[in-house]
Amino acid sequence: MSVRMETIAASPLAASKPVRQGSRVWGKWGLRVIALTYLTVMLLLPLAAVVTDGLSGGLGGLWSDISRPAAWAALVLTLWTAAVMTVINTVMGVLTAYVLVRYKFRGRSLVNALIDIPFAIPTLVTGLMLVLLYGPQTAVGSFLKNNFGWQIIFAPPGIILALLFVSFPFVVRTLQPVLMEIDIDQEDAARTLGASGWMTFRRVLLPAIAPAVITGALLSFARALGEFGSIIIVAGNFPLRSQTAAVYVLTQIESDSQRSASAMSVVLLAIAFCLVFVVDVIQRRQEQNHV
Amino acid sequence: MYSAKGFLPKLLIGIVLAYLGVLIFLPIAAIVQGAFSKGIDALLEAFSDPTLWQAFVLSIELAIAAVIVNAIFGTIVAWVLVRQNFFGKGFFNALIDLPFVVSPVITGYMIILLFGRQGWLAPFVNAANVKIAFDVPGMLLVTVFVSLPFVVREVMPVLREIGTEPEQAAHTLGASGWRTFWRVTLPGIRWGLLYGISLTLARALGEFGGVLVAGGAVSGKTETATLFIYRAIEERQNIAAYGVALILAVISFVVLIGMEVLRKRTDLEVGS
Repeated sequence: MSVRMETIAASPLAASKPVRQGSRVWGKWGLRVIALTYLTVMLLLPLAAVVTDGLSGGLGGLWSDISRPAAWAALVLTLWTAAVMTVINTVMGVLTAYVLVRYKFRGRSLVNALIDIPFAIPTLVTGLMLVLLYGPQTAVGSFLKNNFGWQIIFAPPGIILALLFVSFPFVVRTLQPVLMEIDIDQEDAARTLGASGWMTFRRVLLPAIAPAVITGALLSFARALGEFGSIIIVAGNFPLRSQTAAVYVLTQIESDSQRSASAMSVVLLAIAFCLVFVVDVIQRRQEQNHV
Repeated sequence: MYSAKGFLPKLLIGIVLAYLGVLIFLPIAAIVQGAFSKGIDALLEAFSDPTLWQAFVLSIELAIAAVIVNAIFGTIVAWVLVRQNFFGKGFFNALIDLPFVVSPVITGYMIILLFGRQGWLAPFVNAANVKIAFDVPGMLLVTVFVSLPFVVREVMPVLREIGTEPEQAAHTLGASGWRTFWRVTLPGIRWGLLYGISLTLARALGEFGGVLVAGGAVSGKTETATLFIYRAIEERQNIAAYGVALILAVISFVVLIGMEVLRKRTDLEVGS
């Protein structure tokens, strides 16, 4: 009986209106074809063009393009600045999400709204802001330079600052919903049992939020590897010194060195693919745990 | 939620506020100060440059076109990924996020590789006698690519939350697929869709690296507002650069406030 009910629910009026059922199947397949064609043409085809071009000289050719000093320096600079940003961003992101979810204070909803600003502001504008604030001619910039010998703009610290700005929302926004789900009682219980604040965080909170923290951190790292608009303004374009991988790709395109541009693109894409894949695996595992 | 009493909560809140202040507030204050540093007359004079307005118009045209394309196809993609099961679904689902992590420069480069002189699709493009690479159509493709995930990612959870029952009920009552979409599906996802559209709009207006590579940044022709800023910096027209940057920042701020309102609506509806 229940089986019959389900069949009826799944294909209502199937027997009485065969024409409509036919148009429904057509619609189902039509939409699927449209969706997959769109994704294939818009995403897969362009990616395939770069990957094919980058691998046209084989892996050996790719390696000889990437191991050239300017390319290698750009890749190393990109990776280490992104790594430093990720560490700072993760710590501050966890702290910000925790404070926003757990504490009541004045201006909380305003701060919460402002978290998304870096997503909304064009990254080129971000770069310009940082140059205006920390550039060599500005009050803050000359103060830091004269008193501490720190150069921010056209140097790695500027790159890290720009990356921190553009990727700030990633960790906060992945973590907030997870923190909201976790019952505050668990933390209270740990504290009542005599655990210190740090111990409560490490033993109770951290295990629960770890997947979300890792997801946010990986996404911000992946996002940082490709960042361009803010970097070209903040770091300028000095090969071997402040040229990042994305800026390197631009200079290679502009000087018609298609091979080196494609080689660096393939390396960046490969790293991004791996990171997105790991994030996808973590998220699927999370969803399974929830069900 | 705890009230912020005691030393530790106050310290933590203080650290967060100080960090946000230095990271986000100070730079914004710097651009406002920069734009008005030579007085309002200098700013207005910088705005009288006709290429600036051409750049703004192109930016807005590209953003609106990208919004239309991604709203329509993004909704279809979201619906297919949530409501249907097929081989390779996981692959396509993971693919959606790639534009978030692919460098815009590489996105622009892809367009050149596909449609440039020796590109894969160059024969077709030449046969149809249209210009895509180094022109506005190529810039549009870049803009659509970089903003593709937003509508899909915002609509998918809403569709999942609504479930299939309303759509099936409409169908049982004899509504056509088209009618079901307009009367049942669309009203259900409208806030999520609008939220996705605002993100698409903000991202499209701010695109820089991709349109630089794909369009070539020819002033008055393929120059968007962000590309205008870049040229203004290189030509040392600082006030013009800061002014346009400030306008873009203000637009993002308005979009952001709109997003916040929309998010509260979506939360309310999904929550109930």
